[in-house]
Amino acid sequence: MNSARRLRLRIFRITVFLVMGAFFLVPIGAMFEFSTRGNSLTAPRTLDTWTAIIKVPDLVQAISVSLQLAVITSVAMLALLLPTMVWVRLRLPALRRIIEFICLLPLTVPAIALVVGMVPLYRWIKINVSESILMLAFAYLVLVLPYSYRTLDAGLASIDLKTLTEAARSLGAGWGTVMLRVVVPNMSTAILNACLLSVALVLGEFTFANLLLYENLQVAILYQSFVSAGTSIAVAVAALMFAFVLLLILSFVGRPRERVARAEEAA
Amino acid sequence: MVSSSSGASSRPSARAGVEVRLEDLKRRYAGVTALDGLSLTLAPGELVALLGPSGCGKTTALRLVAGLEETDGGRVVFGGEDVTNVPANKREIGMVFQAYSLFPHMTAMQNVAFGMQLHRVGVAERRKRASDMLELVGLSPHAHKYAHQLSGGQQQRVALARALAIKPKVLLLDEPLSALDAKVRARLRDEIRRVQLEVGTTTLFVTHDQEEALAIADRVGVMQSGRLEQLGPPMTVYSRPATPFVASFVGLTNRLNGVVRDGAVEVRGTRLPLVQTDATNGPAVALVRPEAVTLAGEGDSTPGPLNGTVIATAFLGATSRVTVDLGDVTVLAQLATSDAAAHPAGTRVRLALRPDPVLIERDEAAPDHA
Repeated sequence: MNSARRLRLRIFRITVFLVMGAFFLVPIGAMFEFSTRGNSLTAPRTLDTWTAIIKVPDLVQAISVSLQLAVITSVAMLALLLPTMVWVRLRLPALRRIIEFICLLPLTVPAIALVVGMVPLYRWIKINVSESILMLAFAYLVLVLPYSYRTLDAGLASIDLKTLTEAARSLGAGWGTVMLRVVVPNMSTAILNACLLSVALVLGEFTFANLLLYENLQVAILYQSFVSAGTSIAVAVAALMFAFVLLLILSFVGRPRERVARAEEAA
Repeated sequence: MVSSSSGASSRPSARAGVEVRLEDLKRRYAGVTALDGLSLTLAPGELVALLGPSGCGKTTALRLVAGLEETDGGRVVFGGEDVTNVPANKREIGMVFQAYSLFPHMTAMQNVAFGMQLHRVGVAERRKRASDMLELVGLSPHAHKYAHQLSGGQQQRVALARALAIKPKVLLLDEPLSALDAKVRARLRDEIRRVQLEVGTTTLFVTHDQEEALAIADRVGVMQSGRLEQLGPPMTVYSRPATPFVASFVGLTNRLNGVVRDGAVEVRGTRLPLVQTDATNGPAVALVRPEAVTLAGEGDSTPGPLNGTVIATAFLGATSRVTVDLGDVTVLAQLATSDAAAHPAGTRVRLALRPDPVLIERDEAAPDHA
């Protein structure tokens, strides 16, 4: 009876896996299929549209800019959120609900409303600070706030932050050392996850960039689709695959310590 | 076993400890007074235990000494140097926490070495001292294990080694044993004392477990409502409690109604001398220790004020605790197990109260023999 239940559970798991897999893979597969079509239905398969990616200067530029934005946004998000959240948890627990509310707020405001609110701000930034597209990082920081907050909050909840920081301080650690050598290593998985979400969001962002008149990856893909639909789809698939690979890498990077520990335990 | 009877005696193995002074420490949380002017001086190398129920301010006192909280008044002085405004990481303290506090991403060895690294101890020296400390707490074979691979008792030992590795001026122990099971607790308790005597670091130990405090401290400070009720060697605190609170918190106490008359309290026909010799005449509750109660078998029952029936016997090893029902009140008596065996549950016995000086408590609601 026990084995029957286990079998049923296994079938259920496999079914879910297959359905979800199909849900994600079929559209990507279709996009890939489309991007390798020749100019007519009967034309042979070709990777021309993929090789074209690196030949379109606007696209290359947009990919580079989007990657830079992803890195800047992630770093800024960590620098802003992590110390704040640690400090609030340790010293100002009464403020925790308020901080949480503020961080989750962008989730409830439609992107289009956020952008409209930011238009005057960005007009000012373009005139007085810089015309660089990297200024978009400010807006993206707001965009990724709710997701990063949730992830980091779960990470902080999983460690005994108070005891660990107090132990470190009693041993002579200043706040910088506490953060870098005690807090960060013990929530590396949460930090990686928060970064991953930020990177994925920034790489896929279209509304902000388009309405604030910047050309990031998604905007470039749109423009490219007017020129060559095949190439634009190829870039889109490439971007998706990139995010996927990134996710895979990050999920493995977060684990070596546990695996070492488990191996030692088994020995 | 209590090793020394008279405070901090001279020990050949002791390194120079530092005198630690708490002067009139005050702390309030949102209108609640946690610490109400605590003053306490620890002699160099001494181990003082602060004992009290939860919420008595003992942990607050320790955290103020550690610098993990700010005082609302008073001073903390280490070896003549006022550290009241020095942040925790500059105070040179070693601390062991109630909760497991090892850094999960480091091995036992790395945990012990962490503090020394921050104190810029050289690599070779650091490695040597870390393995020495692990050996001191008997964990050399586990040096390369992570916290989750160690038992609770082992984790607390590593925490002790880590705290001592930086050669702190003061060792602060915040209920380090309360998360452990009884057997490990007793063993680690003795081990902490051994290590503390060996390194000679002045130590403040906070606990709510009287047995722990009495077993390893040079002096015990009993706290209630943010104040020190009594401070003295374990023997004195137990056998000569200064206040009724200390009497009832440290050890078990029978509370027997009686009447104070001419400098003694009369309890059911027995006159017991008083600790508070200036007590005025009138009804009072006498606090009598179980070991001051003796039992004698009773041939034919002559009902009297101290005759009763044994209702239960708790076997504690060499001694047993016998509960006797006197009709209107039950009395605990602690006897040698061989003596207790003579009075199984259900037998009638006659009680006698040894005339040790007792404390009395005056409770407005209690007197019924006015």
